[in-house]
Amino acid sequence: MPSPHPTKAQAHTRLVEMKGIEKRFPGVHALKNVHFDLRPGEVHALMGENGAGKSTLMKILSGVYSKDGGTVLVQGLEANPQGPREAQDLGVGIIHQELSLMNDLTAAQNIFIGREPRLSFGRLNEKALNAQAEAIFFSMNLALDPKESVGNMTIAKQQMVEIAKALSYRSKILIMDEPTAALNDKEIAELFVIIRRLKEEGVGIIYISHKMDELKQIADRVTIMRDGEYVGTVEAADTPISKIIAMMVGRELESEEVQIPDLSKAEMALEVKDLNRGKEIRDVSFSIKKGEILGFAGLMGAGRTEVARAIFGADPLESGTITVHGKACSIASPSDAVANGIGYLSEDRKHFGLATGMDVRANVVMASLAKFTDQLGRLDEDQMQEITKDYIRQLDIRTPSDTQEVRLLSGGNQQKVVIAKWLLRDCDILIFDEPTRGIDVGAKSEIYKLLNSLAEQGRAIIVISSELPEVMRLSHRIAVMCEGRLTGILPGGSKTTQEDIMHLATMREAAMQPVGEAP
Amino acid sequence: MTAAHATKRSSIFSHLIDTGAHQKMLAFASLILLLVGFSIASPNFMQVSNMLAILQATSVNGVLAIAATLVIITGGIDLSVGTLMTFCAVIAGVILTKAGLPLPLGLIGAIGAGALCGLISGTLVAKAKIPPFIATLGMMLVLKGLSLVISGTRPIYFNDTPGFDQIARGSLIGEIFPAFPVPNGVLILFIIAGSAAYILSRTVLGRYTFALGSNEEAVRLSGVNTQSWKMGIYALAGGICGVAGILIASRLNSAQPALGLGYELEAIAAVVIGGTSLAGGRGTIMGTLIGALIMAVLTNGLRVLSVAQEWQTVVTGVIIILAVYADMVRKSKTG
Repeated sequence: MPSPHPTKAQAHTRLVEMKGIEKRFPGVHALKNVHFDLRPGEVHALMGENGAGKSTLMKILSGVYSKDGGTVLVQGLEANPQGPREAQDLGVGIIHQELSLMNDLTAAQNIFIGREPRLSFGRLNEKALNAQAEAIFFSMNLALDPKESVGNMTIAKQQMVEIAKALSYRSKILIMDEPTAALNDKEIAELFVIIRRLKEEGVGIIYISHKMDELKQIADRVTIMRDGEYVGTVEAADTPISKIIAMMVGRELESEEVQIPDLSKAEMALEVKDLNRGKEIRDVSFSIKKGEILGFAGLMGAGRTEVARAIFGADPLESGTITVHGKACSIASPSDAVANGIGYLSEDRKHFGLATGMDVRANVVMASLAKFTDQLGRLDEDQMQEITKDYIRQLDIRTPSDTQEVRLLSGGNQQKVVIAKWLLRDCDILIFDEPTRGIDVGAKSEIYKLLNSLAEQGRAIIVISSELPEVMRLSHRIAVMCEGRLTGILPGGSKTTQEDIMHLATMREAAMQPVGEAP
Repeated sequence: MTAAHATKRSSIFSHLIDTGAHQKMLAFASLILLLVGFSIASPNFMQVSNMLAILQATSVNGVLAIAATLVIITGGIDLSVGTLMTFCAVIAGVILTKAGLPLPLGLIGAIGAGALCGLISGTLVAKAKIPPFIATLGMMLVLKGLSLVISGTRPIYFNDTPGFDQIARGSLIGEIFPAFPVPNGVLILFIIAGSAAYILSRTVLGRYTFALGSNEEAVRLSGVNTQSWKMGIYALAGGICGVAGILIASRLNSAQPALGLGYELEAIAAVVIGGTSLAGGRGTIMGTLIGALIMAVLTNGLRVLSVAQEWQTVVTGVIIILAVYADMVRKSKTG
């Protein structure tokens, strides 16, 4: 029975059907015969390492890229959206991974950009704009001011504005690209409430995330991609996480228990006492020995990054003392910190850690040029090349050569370049802020091994991480912060549970107890 | 009725002073300080005639600075505003003096030429993706050359168009309030400023002006045709330069084809002193007006105090650097 248009019933069995999708970029076969489908009222997770092709596939569905082959059916009809506007008209909404908001505009202005309620002659109806935004916030159970400038909001609130924007299109199909990356547990719970309500209304949600524990909570089905290829689709409820990871990386990953070394005879590397700055850092004291890995756990905004930046001299302190290798230091700037052997590896490598347009060699020697300079100020390129090649071998940086531009390396290898930079600068106290953010599951365990071996060589390592499994896997001791205070330091290893950490991470001021320092 | 009227006016007013309020308060305070300082230093300064002279001197630079503000808020820059002004004046001269056509056609021609040139700059920036600095630098030279070519390098006088010089020099307000003969040029500046402020705060075009400067990619991904809107903003700025062309031609009663170069930097200076961010996304017309006034007050006050012209230029440069430095200090304090 050949019919040019499917019946209504058929159209509603699948919101989206993508079959045999092909996409090529110059030099890259980005998508090879990929399948994907979405039912009404389901959350369909799309998993895969960075570069697996998830985002490319979703950009085809949302009209950012056009496909080179295959068919896309949206609500039963062949669709080939050209540009975001056409995708929106088809009912496809997307929340981008990189927040795409205009910081100088208000929340309401952001939500309705491109669809402002208008009066005659192109004049704006600001009242209707704010009222409509208010209604959306109300339906999301959010206490946000539509007139607040987005640039003044926290990342979490900005994320909520993004979600409100996508919802305001009354999309039947909602793509969420890592929506929880910047949210704390409470906000994630609120987001999940919103997602469940959308499911009841028959909205289909495509959910991209790297956080495995979220799958079990929210996803109905999981499709796994690897290297631009479709690997398989499984039911989330009855598939173990380990199997999903294995499908993503193509092999089983061994999970390791942290080995805690005996540090009773080790020298003290860094001691900080009574650090204070406003509400962000309040009476923070801790110490770390050579060869130790000290983890910092806590919710977003607990003050961990602030403490790290203060120790590194990037932000000023109001009071407190910092002792490095038994000597009291006054650290007023990052160059003071580096001179004392403290290196800081920012969570945002692209902005603060690397000159991504320059090559590996230039980045590795960046902080240590004095070592390669003769009296006339000329640089010794041969020596720089030799040292860089040493580090490439030693840290197993996968790059075709030391003259490869850093932006072309994967996240894990970029991180190794930053590590090489600080090692060359003789930093023996290294502070890692979210060392595996944006790094693939497979490459994560390599970074973990590298951190362990750096500690074995006698360096003191501070690791700030928002992923509890990561903190527990790495740390010899775990410092937990809440609202700018250090609420406790727990022993590493199996003695400490996630619940113990969460208890300290949510210990508000009212429930404060004296902090006990572990040996 | 009065209540509703008042709230509406107050909200427009509050919008004018809200955005980038600190820098503008600073600029406003500096303006007051300058006025007070010069009044104390010289009894000739605070005279109605001198104040009117300052306003008259602000009018052309003020209008150009408003045009520059629009483009700068989108995250761009327009170096061609000065020579475009001259080009528009020459076009008016060709239409009125050489072709002998009626006055309204000359005005429409000048503003239309400005809008068209702005549209060309906008197309180069939005469609051809040429960086605004380069595209408008090119336009600046093209227009300077064309003005000389079209005019035959000689000034075009408007002696045959009676009333043309009254456009800027006459005073409608003076006919009503003889004590305050505010020149029409100043009136036109305030009308342009009011319209531009209204467009920026109340219309879709204004919304996209800020949005483009804030995060162009985000606007594009929201399904907005960013290219057309950007071209529209450049065209509007060009049209405003056309108005400036009419003002300066009227004041000189002639189109001077060699004039124009250097005006763009004065305009950008006024914008910057007024607190508009060169990074885009932020800025106000009120700030730009205050910026233009500060520059005119400085020039006038220093002249009243008989400071040499060379030193006036030095002081203006220092003021620009101080204004931006004050803004940087404020930003680093608020984080």
